[in-house]
Amino acid sequence: MSLSRRLMCVLAMLALLAQAACATNKPTNPQDPFETTNRRISDFNDKVDENVLRPVAVGYKNNVPEFVQKGVNNFFGNLRDIWSTLNNGLQAKPMETAETGLRVAVNSVFGIYGLFDVATMVGIQRHTADFGQTLGYWGVSPGPYVVLPLLGPSTVRDTAGFAVDNRYDLWRTEVDSVGLRYGGSALRLVDKRAGFVGMDKSMNEVALDKYAFMRDAYLQRRKAATQRKSGNQDSDGDDGDDGIRNDQ
Amino acid sequence: MNTLTFAAPRLFKQWLAILALTLGLSGLATAQQAPDEFMQQLTNELLDMVRKDPALKAGDLQKIGAVLDTKLKPYINFQRMTAAAVGPAWRQATPEQQKRLQEEFKLLLMRSYSGALSQVKDNSSIVVKPLRQGTNDNEMVVRSEIRGGAEPIPIDYRLEKTADSDSGWRIYNFNILGIWLVDNYRTQFSQEINAKGIDGLIATLSERNKTNNRK
Repeated sequence: MSLSRRLMCVLAMLALLAQAACATNKPTNPQDPFETTNRRISDFNDKVDENVLRPVAVGYKNNVPEFVQKGVNNFFGNLRDIWSTLNNGLQAKPMETAETGLRVAVNSVFGIYGLFDVATMVGIQRHTADFGQTLGYWGVSPGPYVVLPLLGPSTVRDTAGFAVDNRYDLWRTEVDSVGLRYGGSALRLVDKRAGFVGMDKSMNEVALDKYAFMRDAYLQRRKAATQRKSGNQDSDGDDGDDGIRNDQ
Repeated sequence: MNTLTFAAPRLFKQWLAILALTLGLSGLATAQQAPDEFMQQLTNELLDMVRKDPALKAGDLQKIGAVLDTKLKPYINFQRMTAAAVGPAWRQATPEQQKRLQEEFKLLLMRSYSGALSQVKDNSSIVVKPLRQGTNDNEMVVRSEIRGGAEPIPIDYRLEKTADSDSGWRIYNFNILGIWLVDNYRTQFSQEINAKGIDGLIATLSERNKTNNRK
């Protein structure tokens, strides 16, 4: 499916969601007008995660030798770094582009196609960037928060960005063998999920409302990532409201 | 004559000692550790404690919580954090409610920090990044990372200058994995307060803390 057709599909889906959401109560977050529908999709995602994805990820984490896990993680991380380099370039961030580009070079050559993360060992930082972030950096506002089925939290802008990320995803475009391609994509997903095992349990314990926690966490992180200027690593946080101090 | 010449150096030494002591004391009183040094020292101590104790290393959240209670709590301004998270409703809460909110929120926050610490492995290190000059000298952001796991876990702190703590700094907001906790809780708290009022929020927090402690 071409990019424009995909985008149309996504937009059509969102329009349907919008219609469904119109018949609901007042939302609690102005950036989340589709809250009721989002919550339903989020619940669905949670069930799939609980019953399928998390058990597989835990099994992977506990049974696959750690050096293999590391290799997988490094390999896909390297592919992601290639896309990040491009996006950092599109955001006109010289330092980040150079550093991430150097990572790719070092890891692909000395790290044998990215299996070994030599770059991190020598201290070259990665600056992850995707197309949604690039759009945001150049001023495209995020739009309403949406939870995508199976894919999880996103915004209207980031969904469009994700479609572009997907279109140029190296693993999907360069690998010819269908079996290897799907196998690799599945492995990448499991690897990603395995990275959150442990922290997810912690989140369940400390979040009063898991949906609200994830939504605000996602929006906060995206905002920080899209507003970050070149060379600036601060995640300053919105400290605005805490003028509510108890002066004692 | 002889006694004088013997006494003089001793007196002189005494004066020197007193002088040195006063200078030293005033030095202590005015010297404030730089916030990043302070955090590096504090987090290194925490990490050491976690590494040395096998129960802590195994991720026993109760025990980690107890350690945090003694080591970290004195350096946190829980009142400011709770007030910020509760928002406008804080002013309408009675002192008793405020106290309870603070206690319950403290337990919850320590739980989240314990969660991050429980990911610590043998080869983990906490690296505090160089301080960036902020706009305000009385409030600083200190950035750190727990390294050694699959991915580094970023933990940032917002610190305020204070006369209360002996290091001169107190934490009033945590950022774990890019999420400022006080800001994040603000939404969840206002949801609860709108639905069930302040007492409802206290009840929910208390219930959650009890459930967590049972695990």
